[in-house]
Amino acid sequence: MEWIYPEFEVIRDRDRCIACRVCERQCANEVHRYDPETKKMTADESKCVSCHRCVALCPTRALKIVKSGHTFRENANWSRQSMEEIYRQAGSGGVLLSSMGNPKEYPVYWDKLLLNASQVTNPPIDPLREPMETKTFLGKKPTRVRRDEQGRIVPGLPPQLELSTPILFSAMSYGSISYNAHQSLAQAASELGIFYNTGEGGLHRDFYQYGANTIVQVASGRFGVHKDYLNAGAAIEIKMGQGAKPGIGGHLPGAKITGDVSRTRMIPAGTDAISPAPHHDIYSIEDLRQLVYSLKEATNYQKPVIVKIAAVHNVAAIASGIARSGADVIAIDGFRGGTGAAPTRIRDNVGIPIELALAAVDQRLREEGIRNEVSLLVGGSIRSSADLLKAILLGADGAYIGTAALLALGCHLCRSCHSGRCNWGIATQRPDLVKRLNPEVGAKRLVNLVTAWTHELKEMMGGMGINSIEAARGNRLMLRGVGLTDAELRVLGVKHAGE
Amino acid sequence: MTGFSLGQRYIAAGAGEGTYQVRQVPGNALGAYLDGGKIEVFCNAQDAAGDTMNDGEIVIHGSCGDAAGYAMRGGALFIEKDAGYRCGIHMKEYEDKAPKIVIGGRCGSFLGEYQAGGIILVLGIGSEDRCPVGNFCGTGMHGGRIFLRTSHLPPDLPDQVAARQASQEEKEQIRPLVEEFCGHFGGEPEALLQSGYYLLTPNSQNPYRQLYVHN
Repeated sequence: MEWIYPEFEVIRDRDRCIACRVCERQCANEVHRYDPETKKMTADESKCVSCHRCVALCPTRALKIVKSGHTFRENANWSRQSMEEIYRQAGSGGVLLSSMGNPKEYPVYWDKLLLNASQVTNPPIDPLREPMETKTFLGKKPTRVRRDEQGRIVPGLPPQLELSTPILFSAMSYGSISYNAHQSLAQAASELGIFYNTGEGGLHRDFYQYGANTIVQVASGRFGVHKDYLNAGAAIEIKMGQGAKPGIGGHLPGAKITGDVSRTRMIPAGTDAISPAPHHDIYSIEDLRQLVYSLKEATNYQKPVIVKIAAVHNVAAIASGIARSGADVIAIDGFRGGTGAAPTRIRDNVGIPIELALAAVDQRLREEGIRNEVSLLVGGSIRSSADLLKAILLGADGAYIGTAALLALGCHLCRSCHSGRCNWGIATQRPDLVKRLNPEVGAKRLVNLVTAWTHELKEMMGGMGINSIEAARGNRLMLRGVGLTDAELRVLGVKHAGE
Repeated sequence: MTGFSLGQRYIAAGAGEGTYQVRQVPGNALGAYLDGGKIEVFCNAQDAAGDTMNDGEIVIHGSCGDAAGYAMRGGALFIEKDAGYRCGIHMKEYEDKAPKIVIGGRCGSFLGEYQAGGIILVLGIGSEDRCPVGNFCGTGMHGGRIFLRTSHLPPDLPDQVAARQASQEEKEQIRPLVEEFCGHFGGEPEALLQSGYYLLTPNSQNPYRQLYVHN
């Protein structure tokens, strides 16, 4: 009864295979094995997660991984996934644990929104010829200019984050991802003039040098949080929630708490790193305000404070409260956001799409006249420059990219991060696996990705006759919906295509 | 430093050095992220005293509100009388950095929830006839130690917590804390140390590991 037929098949072209055993050495899941008697490679598909490491490194292209054709008797209600989950739980009594973002077939509103372009009147702008401004500042914007008796402007702008392009790398903790992955992100952010986010695992001493491009996170477990850490970054993010697992805390298994991870988090090696579901010093907006200001006090009011929440049903009202808590930036994480580990049921069923959450929050803050009190960041999931631009048009100041950044580093979305055996050296702490990710190469690929997106962003904006992010932000007239209901269009605040 | 206003928040937040004397009830987040400074409060204190403190000392001549010593990483917090709810949640410890909380009187519910390290000592002075802590003491505890000077064990200790009578040797580990407590607030260390103590420790460093199945 325990037996679950493997999800994937390893197809090995015997004519091409030279039994060089690269696949065997590369697979931390121990799928491939050399049989000395037959002098042939064999495979145990039951361990395969379809991460494609072997496929990518096979020198003779002898390997491919395909979805197993093996099926249960067809059933439109009971899918293979649903049935196998029952078997797993019946065998173990455990809570199902998954990784990365919600893979279910919920609507992706980015794909139902279309961008505008200028024709005849209001000509498009050619970004190859004319300046296009992607520089973005995150932070509170004053409602009016103050002048002294001589008419000189009184400076007093609250602290701002300056980004060369409205993209940031999402919070991913050292522990959930490797040292080399963190270094890649830090180096790339530094080179690009953008920011990466430490996540809740503290900041490794080696990476303090990238502080000017670092956002340090404070989560409920407060791992690695101390004064030097708070002052090391350019901004501080309070993590109240995460799109992949709204309403619950984090849990990094003790097996991942080794050496430097243990030192950075300041907990003993082998101990589980448990972040409680709530911050136990925050049970209200007033309490949140207290944490926001205690962080500002500890850092001399020099750093913007970001409050990150998951997109949930009452997100607009919550964001309104946060905007009044003294926070400088609100980051909203949609329900398709990634994670290194989350209970499957939470990941797949809790929260709402970021597109709807963003539109609702931007609208609410405008109605209340407090939109300038905060900048808005969104994440979960932004897959391309088109998603990014659509987010800006819906009202975002910038976007966090997590999964896209990991894909640039080599992630193949096998969604097995929680196993700790990432063959691409990203979501693992095993030294032999970590060293597979070369931080120089990783950083270069991230720089390439963000540079390419920025070019595309300029082209699409130019096409609309818009030459700055400032002018695009919240410009919903540049969006039209296709195949959306009246309710969806109302929440998104966009017209249907053709209207 | 002295001369703080009544209800002033964030006194000495992040302070790396210096001594602070507080003579009117301070506001919330007293000594948050404290990093080596010394604070002495000559009255009661409010919520979140010593929140995420890293080093230094806070001495409160009175009682304090909720969430004292939340996520403490180091240093010491001495409370002469009672502490509110959620005291010492998620205290940590790493090598020689081990935070300490000593509570002279009683303490509310959720003491030491998710405790990952450090020592919490509740003396329960004046409450010898009953349990000196509220409900849900040590829920999710996976590191550190809680000493309770009492003969009344909390009736609802969760599975993650193992409780036993502290041995003479274990009691000796808290002698410096008791002596320091009496140094601040008076009292006789020997008399306090003669009582029976319960020692609460986690059953496992990985209390939730069994709950998951890879999907």
